[in-house]
Order: sequence, then C-alpha cells, then structure tokens
Amino acid sequence: MKSVKVIVSFVFTLSLLSFPSSGFQSDELLVDDEEFGLEGSPQPRSPEPILTRSPPVTAPTRKRHSDLDSDSKIQFSLEHAFGDSDFSPAGTFSARLKTWSHGGQTLTKLRFSRNSFTDEDKEKFKNLLESDDFYRIRIPSNVLSPPGRDFVISSVKARCLPREGLDEHFVIHMEGVNVLAVNYGSPGCCPYPRNLKFPAKWSFSSHTVLKNSEQAPRAPVFSEEILGGENAEGEVVQPPERSFWAKYWMYLIPLGLIVMNAITQAMNMPEEQASGQGQLYLVWPRPLNTEINLCIKILELEYFVGSRISEVKL
Amino acid sequence: MPITHAFLLFFIFSSLQPTLSLYEDQVGLTDWHQQYIGKVKQAVFHTHKTGRKRVVVSTEDNVIATLDLRRGEIFWRHVLGHNDVVDGIVIALGKYVITLSSEGSILRAWNLPDGQMVWESSLHGPKHSKSLLVMTNVVIEKDNVVIIFSNGRLHAVSCIDGEVLWNKDFEVESLKVQKVIQPPGSNFVYVVGFAASSHFEMYQINAKNGELLKHESAAFSGGFSGEVSLVSSETLVALDSTGLILLRIRFHKGNVSIQQTPISNLVEDSLGPAVIIPSSIMELFAIKINAVTIFIRVTGTGKLEVVEKANHETAVGDALSISEGQQAFGLVQHAGRDIHLTVKLAHDWGGDLLKESIKMDQQRGLVHKVFINNYVRTDGSYGFRALIVMEDHSLLLLQQGAIVWSREDGLASIIDVTTSELPVERAGVSVAKVELNLFEWLKGHMLKLKGTLMLASPEDIAAIQYMRLKSSEKSKMTRDHNGFRKLLIALTRAGKLFALHTGDGRIVWSLLLQSLHKSEACQHPIGLNLCPWQVPHHHALDENPSVLVVGRCGPSSDAPGVISFVDSYTGKELSSSSLVHSVAQVIPLPYTDSTEQRLHLLIDADKHAHLYPKTPEAIGIFQREFSNIYWYSVEDDNGIIKGYALKSKCDGTVADKFCFGSRELWSIVLPSESEKIIATVTRKLNEAVHTQAKLIAADQDVMYKYISRNLLFVATVAPKASGEIGSVTPEESWLVVYLIDTVTGFVLHRVTHHGSQGPVEAVFSENWVVYHYFNLRAHRYEMSVIEIYDQSWADNKDVWKLVVGKHNLTSPISSYSRSEVVTKSQSYFFTHSLKAIAVTSTAKGITSKQLLIGTIGDQVLALDKRFLDPRRSVNPTQAEREEGIIPLTDSLPIIPQSYITHNLRVEGLRGIITVPAKLESTTLVFAHGLDLFFTHFAPSRTYDSLTEDFSCALLLITIVVLVAAIFVTWVLSQRKELQDKWR
Repeated sequence: MKSVKVIVSFVFTLSLLSFPSSGFQSDELLVDDEEFGLEGSPQPRSPEPILTRSPPVTAPTRKRHSDLDSDSKIQFSLEHAFGDSDFSPAGTFSARLKTWSHGGQTLTKLRFSRNSFTDEDKEKFKNLLESDDFYRIRIPSNVLSPPGRDFVISSVKARCLPREGLDEHFVIHMEGVNVLAVNYGSPGCCPYPRNLKFPAKWSFSSHTVLKNSEQAPRAPVFSEEILGGENAEGEVVQPPERSFWAKYWMYLIPLGLIVMNAITQAMNMPEEQASGQGQLYLVWPRPLNTEINLCIKILELEYFVGSRISEVKL
Repeated sequence: MPITHAFLLFFIFSSLQPTLSLYEDQVGLTDWHQQYIGKVKQAVFHTHKTGRKRVVVSTEDNVIATLDLRRGEIFWRHVLGHNDVVDGIVIALGKYVITLSSEGSILRAWNLPDGQMVWESSLHGPKHSKSLLVMTNVVIEKDNVVIIFSNGRLHAVSCIDGEVLWNKDFEVESLKVQKVIQPPGSNFVYVVGFAASSHFEMYQINAKNGELLKHESAAFSGGFSGEVSLVSSETLVALDSTGLILLRIRFHKGNVSIQQTPISNLVEDSLGPAVIIPSSIMELFAIKINAVTIFIRVTGTGKLEVVEKANHETAVGDALSISEGQQAFGLVQHAGRDIHLTVKLAHDWGGDLLKESIKMDQQRGLVHKVFINNYVRTDGSYGFRALIVMEDHSLLLLQQGAIVWSREDGLASIIDVTTSELPVERAGVSVAKVELNLFEWLKGHMLKLKGTLMLASPEDIAAIQYMRLKSSEKSKMTRDHNGFRKLLIALTRAGKLFALHTGDGRIVWSLLLQSLHKSEACQHPIGLNLCPWQVPHHHALDENPSVLVVGRCGPSSDAPGVISFVDSYTGKELSSSSLVHSVAQVIPLPYTDSTEQRLHLLIDADKHAHLYPKTPEAIGIFQREFSNIYWYSVEDDNGIIKGYALKSKCDGTVADKFCFGSRELWSIVLPSESEKIIATVTRKLNEAVHTQAKLIAADQDVMYKYISRNLLFVATVAPKASGEIGSVTPEESWLVVYLIDTVTGFVLHRVTHHGSQGPVEAVFSENWVVYHYFNLRAHRYEMSVIEIYDQSWADNKDVWKLVVGKHNLTSPISSYSRSEVVTKSQSYFFTHSLKAIAVTSTAKGITSKQLLIGTIGDQVLALDKRFLDPRRSVNPTQAEREEGIIPLTDSLPIIPQSYITHNLRVEGLRGIITVPAKLESTTLVFAHGLDLFFTHFAPSRTYDSLTEDFSCALLLITIVVLVAAIFVTWVLSQRKELQDKWR
C-alpha cells in the first residue's frame, strides 16, 4: 500500500510542478509524464517522431524518500530500436532499492510498465517482421546513475515475439545496483525457420525476472571421522533384495539348456542308436553397465572384423 | 565397515587407471620428446681443458644451458622464471658459470660440469638501470672478482662464494652507464656513461676497494644517442643525437676529449642517420646506415678511415684475443644462397685468418649473431669455429667450411599448432625406402615369436626393442588406417612454419614465411593464427591440403594484417598478401566452397568483417547463410562483451563486396569496480559429441546435454584480486563465472565463488566446463565443474511420442528459443597449480574423456572426467556405482601412474593440444613449451585394437597346428573305423 501512496504523491507533485506555469493543456511532448504513470492504462503517444536524445535527457531521475533510507523507490527506463534505428523510450522499470545493513544494495519488487506502440512503431515493427530483422532494447547498466558505463543491449528476431499479442520476457542480471546483462526474448520457443505472423493485438504482455548471482557450492570438506561415523551407524543404503531370477539367471539358463538337451537326446535315443553329438552352448554373462560400454562392445567387434585385421597384415 | 569402504575405494581407483602407465619397454614407441632452449642471446666458449668441448649460452627464453660443441646436445639446462631475464653470463675460475638476471638483481654461479647452483646473491641498488657484468682479473684476498653494474650501483662480488666485497653509488642522478672497462693488467676500472644526455661522465675506480680515483666529465652540446663501441680500453665511439656525427671519446689518464667527425666526411653518399653496432674490437667499429654496414678504423692518431662498405646483410661478432695484443673477430656476410664466414685480425683488415663459404638453407633467413672461438689444429695452427644464430632462431656451429650441427630452437616458441593429414598411399608415391622386404619381415616376426615364447636371448630382446622403436610403420609419409600418422604444423614466434611428423617428431619441411619477414612496410611482423585452409576429402588424391597463416605488422591491434597460404605437403608458400585492414579476430566458418576451401571471416579493429577467400562463389555461399552468422568480442580491459550480426555492406568509403559491417546486437557490461575479466574459453569447433542423451541409471531417467557451439565461459575476479595469490584477503576477493550464449547474449548461468582468486584455467567440452582457481579461505587450489542440461528436450523421453512422431528431435534448434537449462556443479580441491588444461578428443566422441592437466612441474597429468562429476555423492547407490560414479571425496586424486609424460618434463609448458586419431579409442596429445612432447593416449584403454605385442605368427602357427591335428586325427579315426568294420 505504501508504494501506491508514494506513486500518488509523485503524480501529485509532478502535476504541481509542471502545470502551474501554464494553465492550458499543452501539446508538448512530455515523455517523463508517462514514466510516472505506472499502473495507468497505456496512453496513445503523440504522433511526432521521437528523435534521438542524448542519454541524460531521457534518463529518468532517481527519486528517493528521505525518511526511508533503507528502502527507496527507483526507476529506470527501457529503450527500444527497430533494426538499426536509434533508441527511443519504450517503458519504465520501477523497483525498490533495498539497502542492507552491510552496505550492499539490491533491487526488489521489480515492476514494468510498457508504453504501447504508436502507429509509427507498429509500422516499423511490421517492417521488422517482414524483413526478419532485430528488435533491440537497452537499459542502463547502472540504475542509480544511468546510463552507468554503458547501456546493456539485448535483441531478438522480431518474428519471435508475436503470439496472440506480443509476448516478451526479460531476465535482468543484477549485481548490486549494476545491470550486467538483460536477456530479452520470447517466453517460449521460437522455432527456426521463423514464420511471418502479425500479432492480433498490439499490446505487450511482459514478464520480468530479476536475477542475482548465485553462490557456488562449497567444496565438500569432510574428514575420516564423518566417513567412519556414517558407516558405523550403518547408513549405507542396502541394495534392494533382488529376485531369485535376477540373481541366478546365469546359472539357470545353461541348466535349462542342458536339461532340454538331455530330454531331446533321451527322446532321440530310443529311435536311433546313433551317436547324437551333444550340443555346446556358450553363455557369456556380460554386465552391460552403461551405454558407453555397449557401444564399446559393438565397436570392438567392428574393428576386429574390419580395419584391425588388415592392419596387422594377416 | 570403514575397512571395507576403504578397500572399495582402493578397488575403484585401481580399476580406473589400469593402463595409463606403461611398461619400460613401451617408452618411445608412440611418444617422442624434444628439448630446445630458444633464441640464443649470448654464448661463451669455455677454453679450459675438459670444458673445451662446451659452450655456455643464455637465451631469450631465459634459459641457461651448456651445449656439446661436437653434437649440439644439451649437457645441462636451467629454465629461469618468465620474469627472470638473463642479462649476462661469464665463466669464472674455469669452473663456474656466473649469470646476472632479473634486471641485474640476482647473481648466480653454476658449476660448469654438472650445472649445480653453487651460490646465489642478490644485489640491490637505488634505481633501475642497465645491467652490466664484467669479469675482471683483479684478485682481492685470493678471491677473483666479478664487477657488476646494476640498479645504479657498482658491485664487486667474489667468484668463490658470491659475497659482495664492496659497492659504490654514483652521485650524478641521471647517469646512464654504458660501459664498465677494466684496462688489461691494471687494478682499476673505468665506469663511463652519459648524464643528462649531453654530458659524458668518466669514473675511475679502484677495483680492490671501490675507492673513487678520478671523476671527469665533458659536455657535448649535440647530445648522445644509442649504443657505444669500444675501440680501445680508453677510447669509445658514439654517435650524436642526430646520428650524423661520429664522436670519438678518449679518456686517457683521466682527461676526457671528444673529437667530432661528420659521417658525410667519411662516406660520400651517406643517406640518413647511422646506427652503431655495439662491439669492442680494437681500433675498429661498425656503423649501419640503412642496410649498408660500414667498417671504420680508428688509427692511433685519432683519424677515422673507412675500410669497407658491405652492401650485403652482415653480422659482426665480438673480438677474441688469440695471442698477445692480437684480436680476431668474426664476420658473416650473405651472398645469395651462401654465407661467407670471415675471421679477421682487428688491426689488419686485409689479412683474413679464415675465409669460408658455406651453403645455407634459405629457410633459415639472415644471420643475427656470430660468436667465434679458436682452437689449435692438429698441425699446430689456429683454427676457428663459429656459432651463428639465424633469423629463425636456429643455432648452427660452423667449422672447416661445413655445418657441424644445427639446432632448430625456433620450436621453443610455438604460437599456434594445427594438424594435417598425410597423403593417401598410392602407386605414385614412393615409400620404398622405408618399406621392409619379405625376409626382414619374416625375421622380425620370428624374433617376435621367440620373444612371446620366452626363447629369446638378451640380444634378441634388444633387437626386438630396436625394431619396435625404429618401426618404419610409424614414420611413413602416408596416411594410416588408425590415423596415428599426421603432420603437426607449428607456427613459431620467428615467423617460421614447421611440419613435424607425429611418428618420430622429425621435421618434414620448414618455411620461413616471407609475409612475416621484416621489411620496409612491415617493421615488426608477428604471427597470430594458423588455421586449416583447405582440407580436401573428395579430391584427396590430387589436391594438397593447405593452411592459412594470419599475422600482423606490429603489436597493436590496428596494425595492418598479413596472410599467407602454405601447402601442407610441400611446405611451399602458395600465395601471400598484405592486407589493407587490421586483424583482431579470425573466425573459421563452418562452410566450404567447391574446392573445399574453408570460408574465414577476419574481423578488423573497426569491427568490419572481411570474407576470405575472395571469390564470387564464397560470397554466394556466404550470402545464403548471411542472417545466421553472428560473432562476439570480449573487451577484457574495460569488461564489456558484445555480440554482433553482420550488415550487408561496409560503411567505409571503399566499395568492397567482401567487406561487411557489424551491428551490435547485445552487450554485457560488467561493473568495472567489482569485476575484471581474466579468462574466456569456448568449445573446440571440431569437437565430436556422440550422443546428446545421458542416461541416469540411478532413477531410470534420461537427461539431455545442452550442446551448443555458441557457449562462452567467462571468469571474472575482483579488480583488487587480479594480482598475485595472497595479495588480498578472502573477504575482498571473489570469482564470478558466466556461461553466455554468444548468439543472443543470454547469461545462462552465473555463479560466484566468494573468497576465491585467479588465475583461472578452464576447459570447455560437450556440455561441461571445468575450471581451476585458488580458494583463499581453504588456502588450496580448487577445480569446479559445471554441467549444463537442456530441460526443453525432457518431453522426448516418452517412447510413444517418438513412435508417433510427436517429438522435437528433428526440428532445428534456434538460439532464440528460450532454453530451460539446469546446471549441476561441484567443487573439489586440487593440489597442483596449473599451466594449461585440455581434454582428450576422439574421432566420434564415444570414448570417455580425461582431462589433461599441465602441472606446475611441467608435466602432463591425466585425470578422469568422472572424478569431476557433479553427481558424485558420499554414498552412491548400487545403481550409481554401476554407472561409474565414484564416491565423493573432497579432493581430486593425483595418481602417479597417470602422468602421460611419464618421467619427462616439458620445460616451460604453454599449451596442450589434443587431436583425434581415426581409431576411436585413441587421441594424439601434443604438449609444447620450450620442449615438445607427443604421445598417443587412450583414455579408456585401446579397446578397439590389438595390443602392440600381439603375435600374429603365434596365431598362425596355432591355426596351422590345429588344422594339421584335425587332419591327423581324421585319418586315424578313418583307419580305426575301417579296422572296426573288418573285425
């Protein structure tokens, strides 16, 4: 609830700041206006082309509550470009900046509001779709002092985005207040070859994920005692008792064969007194552990039959 | 219970590595080892008794070695650290080699016969300066004294024990000492140098106690430049700062006088500034103007006169005193294919002591250095031998007009290696000289049979062993069934290509590349890459493969590039060209044209991509795949990784249809205050992966490996922690590793190791990466493994789906599909620090992998990849054990038998290269550094071939005997049957 209050107060101060000088509704383009209209429905943008602006102008200002030092609000803008065109503002990220007691700062509760496409943007995007070109986005690499050292750029083939509407997925990799990278793309798969498909409705459904670095698992440190202790407690999982057949199949099969052999011989014996030769069956019980092992066996055969024999010049 | 556990562990370990080690008689069968020293910087001949047969050398690779003068073999060799550059060597007392190294701060004495270190002392001084080492014949209390000027201080050190007897500082702040001279038979030394670039300073110092006897200085407004030549013990020759005026500086009896002579007075048509060739020959010195070497005599009255102008490339050696007051020096001049070695007396230009003409291999280039040595011939007269260092870093000994021996020391500095197949065996190719005749073949087999039946006498055993080692099979110049015989093509720092035969390591051909030859246009050429250019499969019989050599004129990345194409069989340069653009990256593309030339992209410093070969066909192929080509760059100095796609045209002014622009698609900006890139690794392009599925037997499951060729492993550390290990506390150092898809720029995995530090060595193969770093908290090295599995394929496990065809196995994989990857990782302690790491690679990728670890002791250790399995647990279940999972331990074992270099060392190990043989079980391993080592390695034993000692003869005889026995018994049984019937 607090955040809503904050936003309301922002909008209020903004209106106080911007409007008293002029009483009438100006047709001047106010980009910053939209940045604070967070939950507001996307307003149609003025039709004038947005020219390149130097980053400091488009860069949003950081707002901070003086009384909430450990938990302050922060905003940074998303800019987009169609193919090789220049970047123009496309939306705003807002998040809470959490200052930890040990001095680290992290962002939480990231929210994103996307400006909807103007007609011109739609036209440009359609061109991208037709030429299977890139839709590029960028965000500042430092959210406290944009753009930081440089912008972090990401791009996607425009044909990956359209589904029902336009689906996009952001994964923002952060390190403190620095944005390292942004992975931008469609949330699902984008099979190749990419087919030309126009979106039914020109509204974005955006998913954003904020990722911080993971800790690596530590190298296992254990000493003999632990190892011995565990064994003493008998924690070793006993292999499940196998069935009779599983245990003794290698004895049973030859036995069966011998029995069968004997029976046949016994049956033949009365008819012919001739010396029926005993058949010899060879059974290899080979433990086939893994797939590799299997392949090895096959190869072994192949090479024996094929190249090796010629190699040794028999 | 613990006992059984330990027993089980032991059993598993022992069963893992059964044949990694080898028997004594197997050494040298498949492996070879070659020792090198690098480009010789300084050579000192030993003139006493037994030492006469030796020469002591120091090299640019920081090696001190003594070589046998008869055969060129190494008696002993010491490789100093990479920052321990040798400044000078002298021989003292006839038995010690004294070396000054590490910018003049470490003085060591080595025992000449066996190379043991006798003493070491460190010298310190107030400032950094040139380091000079002078042997004197001054004796202080029975100690012979060596005088060293280093770090702005003059030291006198005893030869016996390395004790510093005295030292002396110089008060003039900007003094740049050029020479320390001891006039023969005197007890003082002159220290001469320039101060403030326009003052000549001379100090006369008592060598016994370091007392300053005299200090004189003289000003010369024109300033001094470069080197000086000593023409007598009290006279120097230098050049003024413009290089146009010769200065003869005489400091006789403490009086300094400078006499100027413009070079134009001596040489009429002198063009441009001159350079002095530093030497110390009595009354003679040499200068070089452009390519012309001019010898000038300084007469006793101080007059200068030109004695010779040599237009050919000339190298001058230092003086050698042969008898009292007589000095000789060596001179080598190029004349076409020959070189002329002349030994002259210093005071008599016309009288040549020796004049020899020697035919020289053109592939050795120019003579860079000459060292001469005299000996007494059988008839009592003086003979001379010369040690010459060539442009390709090779070392040759010339004596009596012939090359006595040569050493290919260029091979000590290999930059890049590639392999090439040998020609297919066919009628036209003569292999007769290595083929055995039938009798020998039979004899060999009889011997082998004897050996098998243990009937062989010791001589026979020796003969068998010799036969095995010298088997003509392995050194034939044709392809074999198993793919063991190949050519290793190596590019060296000197710009020379060598083709080595894998059978015995001999040099098949060598080529000094003209494109990497120093020229007017290209002052400092350096080789960069070596790529296979054309590998004919369809036309293997009538076309030769070729390699592409990429180089650059100068160390900066925007210097123009050079390329050349070399035939792999003949070693002829097919063509070469200087490029208009620079070369920052070479990307081999996975496409070949109709002549099977591989398409390559050369990325220049302005991020333009240039397509090679420049043919319309290549451009046609390229245009088809144009939208699927991406590339990336890592700017490790500012921590930005960028990905690019290509634009159809270069944005330069010149219309070039083989040039393409780049557009930035993605970027990853690492915060400069917390991360610094220290290592990047990718998968090998030609790696074969047998199967994408990995069976997890334990839970009857299948995992799919995430096999993408576009993965990049990046390791970063805290900028503070990029220095030496231990320079930071664990709290302020961390190591972050990334796995990045280089097409989309997606960070697939990121993980932080707190309290860890570089240097990081990593290897990437299939779906895993193994990296090595230092853990500051545990005070140990660690190795971690990350394995990546693809979850989006997990649906394919359903057999019914496969049958019905509702699977996505055949659909092309796009990087733009969001891949759901899972990673598994685990860390283990490891004892060694690493110099290099590689992984075995086999033809089909079926054989299990082993890591090849280049240890700090310059050996190569094989470590089964199963030890670095993230699924290892303390108590693996029965099923897991059957699968080959080893119980978890905290550190990786080092099994002494698994050193694949057995007892040899590959000094200065820099790289390990693995090449698959055609035989699936075997991989060829080539380790290079100062030394070269090659061997065959079978990670899971040679399961697909008969062993070396398999006796065919025994098998044949057994069969014959059996058949005979069958016949005999058959006849016997017939006879018996007949008798029975008659009964």
